[in-house]
Amino acid sequence: MNLANLKLFHIFVPLLASFSAAASDYNMRQGVTDVSNEVYQLHMTIFLICCVIGVIVFSVMFWALIHHRKSKGAKPAQFHESTKVEIIWTAIPFVILVVMAIPATKTLIAMEDTSKSDLTIKVTGSQWKWHYEYMGHDVDFFSVLSTPKDQIANLQEKDEHYLLEVDKPLVIPTDRKVRFLLTSDDVIHSWWVPDFAVKKDANPGFINEAWTRVNEAGIYRGQCAELCGKDHGFMPVVVEARSPDDFDLWLADAKQAKAKAEQAEAASVGATLSKDELMATGEKVYMAYCAACHQPTGLGLPGVFPAMKGSPVVNGELKAHIDILVNGRPGTAMQAFGKQLTLTEIAGVITYKRNSWGNDTQEVVQPGQIQAFIDETKEKE
Amino acid sequence: MSTTAQEQAASHDHHGAPSGIKRWLFTTNHKDIGSLYLLFSLLMFLTGGAMAMVIRAELFQPGMQLVDPHFFNQMTTVHGLVMVFGAVMPAFTGLANWMIPMMIGAPDMALPRMNNWSFWILPFAFAILLASLFMEGGGPAFGWTFYAPLSTTYSNDNTALFVFAVHIMGVSSIMGAINVIVTIVNMRAPGMTWMKLPLFVWTWLITAFLLIAVMPVLAGAVTMVLTDKYFGTSFFDAAGGGDPVMFQHIFWFFGHPEVYIMILPAFGIISTIVPTFSRKKLFGYASMVYATSSIALLSFVVWAHHMFTTGMPLAGELFFMYATMLISVPTGVKVFNWVATMWRGSISFEIPMMFAIAFIVLFTLGGFSGLMLAITPADFQYHDTYFVVAHFHYVLVTGAVFSIMAAAYYWLPKWTGNMYSETLAQWHFWLSLVSVNVLFFPMHFVGLAGMPRRIPDYALQFADFNAIISVGGFAFGLSQLLFVAVVFKCVAGGKPAEDKVWDGAEGLEWQVASPAPYHTFSTPPKVD
Repeated sequence: MNLANLKLFHIFVPLLASFSAAASDYNMRQGVTDVSNEVYQLHMTIFLICCVIGVIVFSVMFWALIHHRKSKGAKPAQFHESTKVEIIWTAIPFVILVVMAIPATKTLIAMEDTSKSDLTIKVTGSQWKWHYEYMGHDVDFFSVLSTPKDQIANLQEKDEHYLLEVDKPLVIPTDRKVRFLLTSDDVIHSWWVPDFAVKKDANPGFINEAWTRVNEAGIYRGQCAELCGKDHGFMPVVVEARSPDDFDLWLADAKQAKAKAEQAEAASVGATLSKDELMATGEKVYMAYCAACHQPTGLGLPGVFPAMKGSPVVNGELKAHIDILVNGRPGTAMQAFGKQLTLTEIAGVITYKRNSWGNDTQEVVQPGQIQAFIDETKEKE
Repeated sequence: MSTTAQEQAASHDHHGAPSGIKRWLFTTNHKDIGSLYLLFSLLMFLTGGAMAMVIRAELFQPGMQLVDPHFFNQMTTVHGLVMVFGAVMPAFTGLANWMIPMMIGAPDMALPRMNNWSFWILPFAFAILLASLFMEGGGPAFGWTFYAPLSTTYSNDNTALFVFAVHIMGVSSIMGAINVIVTIVNMRAPGMTWMKLPLFVWTWLITAFLLIAVMPVLAGAVTMVLTDKYFGTSFFDAAGGGDPVMFQHIFWFFGHPEVYIMILPAFGIISTIVPTFSRKKLFGYASMVYATSSIALLSFVVWAHHMFTTGMPLAGELFFMYATMLISVPTGVKVFNWVATMWRGSISFEIPMMFAIAFIVLFTLGGFSGLMLAITPADFQYHDTYFVVAHFHYVLVTGAVFSIMAAAYYWLPKWTGNMYSETLAQWHFWLSLVSVNVLFFPMHFVGLAGMPRRIPDYALQFADFNAIISVGGFAFGLSQLLFVAVVFKCVAGGKPAEDKVWDGAEGLEWQVASPAPYHTFSTPPKVD
């Protein structure tokens, strides 16, 4: 082995050794599924092949740069082609590629086989949250970033899982084949959990499939991977894998909780809340769901998201305001919040908007009014 | 016909350049237009670089510090557009304008008036694009790839300006490409047969065909975005029978050849510079031509490797994986040929050669990560992370941009008649080389560790590398001011350059005086 070769090896070998460490800050994760392990192996194999080719090619080049210098009195040779050499260095890379393509093809076929799943979860992206629906189990919920705004604004110390934490993580069982159906309500999002080696786009109007079978219980964190507008960076994916028994318990709890919520919702129709209560609920809801676009100041982003302060909708006819909140405005970024928020929350946030930032309608909206509006539209249909 | 052309050319011989602003506005001279393109591209390089600095400043630490996420998205979008359409492509067109006629022994480009137009519409395109940043709602914020429906239903009203600007850039590129093809096909000096063409001319000829093939596709894509947004069509809206993924197919059918448009002329430049400073003929000239052609052809059948996560059928994923892997074969041939050219040469290390060597090593690194990205299962992990950002900046900055720097240093003495300042140039090279790697190499790490691209804020485990990346970014950006100094100093004066500036150089451009007279090869040279 020549000198230049040795030098390069001294640089590469420790680098390689440190690369093979699991779950590092600078290499791909091995993850917790068989597929993610295969993907990691593919990644390391192709990486090593590239390193070896690089060492060989650059060794030859640096050898020439060192030994065939004009300042050393090197006289240029006259050769400028060799069919034999050229065929060899076309053929060898080709063979390497074929060798590489075989395991890659195998893994890919496994990754695309979504058949025979034990559980199906529909994942719907929207600006900027995920919605999970356990198909056939009547359980569904939204999962939203839970990092406090003050941490993002550097007013508070950032905690360990800054930007990678949500209010309600997706819960799945370990050792079961879980199939995901992915779609979107607005722009394209991409659902990514590095530890599962699952990244699939959520396309509006279409359904994509992916699957995973997690080997270890734990909490796994990822993010939306496709630019989806202003808060693309604030749309984490958190998945909690529990043992199948734990998962069944969780699912039963979730079903109960949902039934309770429905009861509470029905009860809220008849309730009359004070303005203060509604304003307090409304402010909380506004900051969590509305402020990303319309801004905490209610001023919006001129030319992008309309202001709430002085808005004709917010200060105009109540019914139109309820309509846009419940049904959204098709063709714009304004989502339908009817299914995302409770009646009390909708009543609260409308009350809050109509009495904040100088908007002064003095109107107090009760949950019953929202229900009445929803019933009325249903009748019309 | 030929005699009248010669007479006309002869009658032009006696006057030099007209003076004043009219010289530049109305010029049909390939050298003037080449200079305009190059200066414009330098200006855009600095503008796009300033935007990159904003991005890197925001990403220096976790948390939101300087800009809001909406403006951050505008910066990533316009940075990409400005660098691709404003810096790299016009730089290559400028080099083509200056060098192709001089390399093939032609008096000018074949279509000089169109040449004037193809340059002068560009500043308007970029004025429109950049002006939108200052309007209510801001500029485009949907990424330079402008995926629908983010760029249609969910974009702001200034999208029309983006569409119009891209249309103008496309028209400019197409006109430039037509000019290159017509010039090379019709105006080669007697005896300049196809297989004697300098490689820079060859690579540009192939690039020009790519441009003509795909710029209309881009025009179609932006037009559909325009009508979807403003005229109620539903090309990319499922609710009306369209498909948002179809946008990506159309965009990348343009986009993938586009990335080769930005690298093939670079191959030509490196294939010119390496033999000069190795004082040895280019190894495998013919295989270089064939490799370039096969890369160009393959570039039309690999587009969906940008879209592996969109939910393609398995057969599609396999096809695009194999086709993409295949590209590494002709690309490898090129690298092997350059190394073989240096092998047993008589090598010296002038600045153009330094940039060329840096290109070979660093572009190859970018090629390796490209090969890794071709492996579909692994791409599911790499896709839309900083690993991809690292990959395309290695091929575009240390690839395309370094080749442009190499070309500038190589031909500046011919253009200006003066040698550049060696000290400044050395500083520029070494500072660029170190800082560009501090800037882009750690991006591989954060990408593999899971940091998505196009995010204005990130989780804490990415903080250390991002700080390092930002420092590298500032250093690389500031180092480019040295290049500006080198260029202006060289234009202003310096050691007079000989006609044949580099002793190992070959080609017709070295037969004319330094600085190259306003009109060259009014009488075609004889090539044997």
